[in-house]
Amino acid sequence: MHRIVSPKKAQKIMTAVFWGSGILTVLIMLIIIGYILWKGMPVVNLNFIFGEPVDSGASGGIAPMIVSSIYVTLIAGLVAAPIGVGAAVYLSEYTKENIFVKLIRFGSETLASIPSIVFGLFGLAFFVVFLGMGWSLLSGGLILALMALPTIFQVAEVSIGSVPKSYSEGSLALGATKWQTVYKVVLPAAVPGITTGVILGMARAISEAAAIMFAVGSALAMPLSVFDPGRPLPLHLYVLATEGISLQNAYGTAAVLVIIILVITVLTNTLVERYSKKMMGR
Amino acid sequence: MKDRLGEFLIEKGLFITAISSVVIILLIIVFIFSEGLPAMESYGFLNFIFGSTWDPSSGQYGILPMIVGSMGITLLALIFSVPLSLLCAIFMAEIAPKTVRKIMKPVIETLAGIPSVVYGFFGLIVLVPLMRTYFGGTGFSMLTASIILTVMILPTIVSVSEDSIRSVPSEYKEASLALGATHWQTIKNVIFPAAVPGVITAIILGMGRAIGETLAVIMVAGNVAQFPSSIMDPVRALTSNIALEMGYATGMHYSALFATAIVLFMLIMILLVIANYFHYKKKINVGGGYL
Repeated sequence: MHRIVSPKKAQKIMTAVFWGSGILTVLIMLIIIGYILWKGMPVVNLNFIFGEPVDSGASGGIAPMIVSSIYVTLIAGLVAAPIGVGAAVYLSEYTKENIFVKLIRFGSETLASIPSIVFGLFGLAFFVVFLGMGWSLLSGGLILALMALPTIFQVAEVSIGSVPKSYSEGSLALGATKWQTVYKVVLPAAVPGITTGVILGMARAISEAAAIMFAVGSALAMPLSVFDPGRPLPLHLYVLATEGISLQNAYGTAAVLVIIILVITVLTNTLVERYSKKMMGR
Repeated sequence: MKDRLGEFLIEKGLFITAISSVVIILLIIVFIFSEGLPAMESYGFLNFIFGSTWDPSSGQYGILPMIVGSMGITLLALIFSVPLSLLCAIFMAEIAPKTVRKIMKPVIETLAGIPSVVYGFFGLIVLVPLMRTYFGGTGFSMLTASIILTVMILPTIVSVSEDSIRSVPSEYKEASLALGATHWQTIKNVIFPAAVPGVITAIILGMGRAIGETLAVIMVAGNVAQFPSSIMDPVRALTSNIALEMGYATGMHYSALFATAIVLFMLIMILLVIANYFHYKKKINVGGGYL
């Protein structure tokens, strides 16, 4: 084969290309995050965080949106975590690899890849209309629970699966029942991993707007309960930006969202690091 | 005895949680199809898919322009994103020192975590004006949308293909290096080819994310329901079509939007089946080491 570039030179060029692509990726992240924070942080102050919106959000704060976001994200976490963890326990402790397990995994993968707007339509048809929950934070939170479920399930399954078999064998040999073993031995050992999964699932829920835009009613008033309509942060940002209501407040809302995501990323990384250290030290 | 009953109930309870995702999928199918099929039936399935006019006010429900729009945005995004993502994945798996990799991982996670509305907002206030200045027109175009999607699907492609590159048995690499190949030759001729099935899965998953993305695309694509004549033309994606019109749709229009969701759902299912096929293939293809 005729060589245009010597292997040594190719090695040098490609090393540079690889480093370049890595650096470019970091730069893209820094530019997006940096720009949003640079433009948004001057807007974010106590009045913005704790204030009510004025003139459909043209001025004033985002307190009702923060409360709405907390409501829907909590509902998503509280509903999806037990189901996701339960499913993970069943798959890794109560059954063997068979066609049924494959079906459940495929179901979970499918759930993870369904476009958010399809969830939005389903939520409208099912929760809002069919179950009669109306435009409320409850309808929105339940849709987000469905979206958080596959994330929680997948991470929980991996972390329950990585608890050494000797743990549960030891417990069973001591005469503990299956559930006692799961509850007292396996789950505690998997807690950091499960927590990471739940946080990631809730992160997906707190960032979502398309799935809930037809379910939460998009009201500006402070929601008093989960049965009230509300407008979570991402949806507020979407409305502010696309209806040209206030660029300033849009920057501020975007900055708040970015900060939430940064906190979540740091939190999950710390958890994972601590977890892997614990597993290594054993 | 009480113990045994408790254990039995717990097992059944866990079983119910396990099948919940399958049940949810079935519910989604039932509700989307029961709302969407009436429009497909009365307008005609072929007219719906291949009709080139979308004009609900005159009862025209052809979604071909949106199918073309979604495909165009997605393909462009893949053309931009796949090379960068794969280089980045190889960089993280093979080239980067441990400390650099420790920086790259949270960077990729942050890119994956940024809400799609924030991406759309960034596109709207930064990218659209840039495109307007350098390429003319309104700045809202298929190209603008695909650039935003390029960044949004990057984390998916990077993390899945990095996993697959990492899981290539290290004997492969060691043997190649021992034969005197350079690291790049080893990557090009040994490691990457062995990781290809996983990489294809990664690309398909990225593609799924691109097709399914809604609000970020709405904010930068221009949303005109017409066939684009170039990549600088505004387009409307299937997802955008639903999000833009659902707020005020009634009757046949309402049903036609659910029918649009059926089409999206089918597209995603096809991609998933293909991704699973390659995932399965990965397990049998690489001779000695099970991946």
